[in-house]
Amino acid sequence: MTVPAFAVEKLGHRFGQRRALSGVSFSIDPGEFTVLLGLNGAGKTTLFSLATRLYAQGEGTIRVFGMDIQRQPLECLQQMGVVFQQPTLDLDLSVEQNLYYHCALHGLSRREAAPRIAVEIERVGLSERRRDKARQLSGGQRRRVEIARALLHHPRLLLLDEPTVGLDISSRQFLLDHVRQLCREAGLAALWATHLIDEAGEGARVIVLHRGEVRADGGAAAILGRTQAPTLRAAFETLVEERAAA
Amino acid sequence: MRPIHYLRCLIGVALREWLRFLNQRGRLFSAVVRPLVWLAIFATGFQFVLGVSIIPPYETYIPYSIYIAPGLIAMILMFNGMLTSLSMVYDREMGSMRVLMISPLPRWFLLTAKLIAGVVVSVLQAYAFLAIALIWEIEPPWYGYITVLPALILSGLMLGALGLLLSSAIRQLENFASVMNFVIFPMFFASSALYPLWHVKEASLLLYRICQLNPFTHAVELIRFALYGQFEPISAVALVATTAVFLALAVYGYDPAKGLMARRTAE
Repeated sequence: MTVPAFAVEKLGHRFGQRRALSGVSFSIDPGEFTVLLGLNGAGKTTLFSLATRLYAQGEGTIRVFGMDIQRQPLECLQQMGVVFQQPTLDLDLSVEQNLYYHCALHGLSRREAAPRIAVEIERVGLSERRRDKARQLSGGQRRRVEIARALLHHPRLLLLDEPTVGLDISSRQFLLDHVRQLCREAGLAALWATHLIDEAGEGARVIVLHRGEVRADGGAAAILGRTQAPTLRAAFETLVEERAAA
Repeated sequence: MRPIHYLRCLIGVALREWLRFLNQRGRLFSAVVRPLVWLAIFATGFQFVLGVSIIPPYETYIPYSIYIAPGLIAMILMFNGMLTSLSMVYDREMGSMRVLMISPLPRWFLLTAKLIAGVVVSVLQAYAFLAIALIWEIEPPWYGYITVLPALILSGLMLGALGLLLSSAIRQLENFASVMNFVIFPMFFASSALYPLWHVKEASLLLYRICQLNPFTHAVELIRFALYGQFEPISAVALVATTAVFLALAVYGYDPAKGLMARRTAE
């Protein structure tokens, strides 16, 4: 049996009285591209913050390749590449300096880092901008650098929290295609959080998160079947309404 | 993760701090100019008001500018320590703190690396000040430039750790300004930076006691003695102890499960 790349079980989290996540369980296999679909405030960022240990975990478990994040946090972080919703590049540093900094944080030497940076920056088509300050890049280009950065330490799991927010259509498509290709060719598992339904696409596995609970989990076709909706958008609206009516 | 990984991480964090410092030329300028303003204006004006008798480590009567030089060096270290922590608050608001915190190295190490990186920048600024201060005839013996290094490092660590602790407790950049006012100015004025403590004792015994307890006084005194090749053991012990306490509290503050970050996220 394959060990899931990422597995959460009965995950819960509160902000004071407000429940942000409740009994969330799902797992992702290596090489799988999974969309975590939810409106703003559905609990996606909370889930990411728990998975990256920015918030302390209370209820439930999070496992990365079988390792419990509370027991082996550092080993888990080593396997993880993360793109946060909030831009996290140092704008006063060049693209390359940002990437070297990330490599250093993962204990890589400059000699090890240089070829990896060359490969990843080439892959996102920004080789010629490597010496430019991050501030000089467009929003879409910065995102590409962040994805390149997340891959430098060769993680086996990629977590992306709303990576396409504020980007134009072509940048969005580029990022989506890029990450899907990484899953297909490099066997990377990816959890792609978004509130944009069209990013789910055909064939992708979709986990619908609403008000901190998993409302549906499966292939786009299965979700359409379950909700008897003609489109994924309609299915999503049905699922969200179901919850509101409940 | 082996020791070499820790070292690479430390170098990476220090390099980033250095690059950021170079990018912020205003910061370099103000870091060196601020104490020079004190030296050029305050010291000149006050040398006729405040008499400085012969006190160790000085062997003779000294001009006031020489007396306040160690205090001004400590001021550079303090401002830089606070600016490093300001950058932590900024990083947290801007998100780049997350990049640091998801490194697979332990959080205490990441914070210590950040602290050491800040101290490297501080120490270089202190030497830049000492070089310019030669114009005001602040000329410690040649070996003083070497013996002062450990004192600068230890003082820088203490003030940087204090800054880290403050940054773990501060939620927003705006709050930071008021904390700066309530920390920097009281620490600076209630110390031996501007006047010898025997002067303070004559004026107020309570203030004298406060000055004695103020770790900034110990930073100033350690630097003052070290500039003349002498060691001030009480100050050294006081600095080591306060650094350890501040750093431990800062690590606690940055622990998502326990410290202030946990409380913040709960709000």
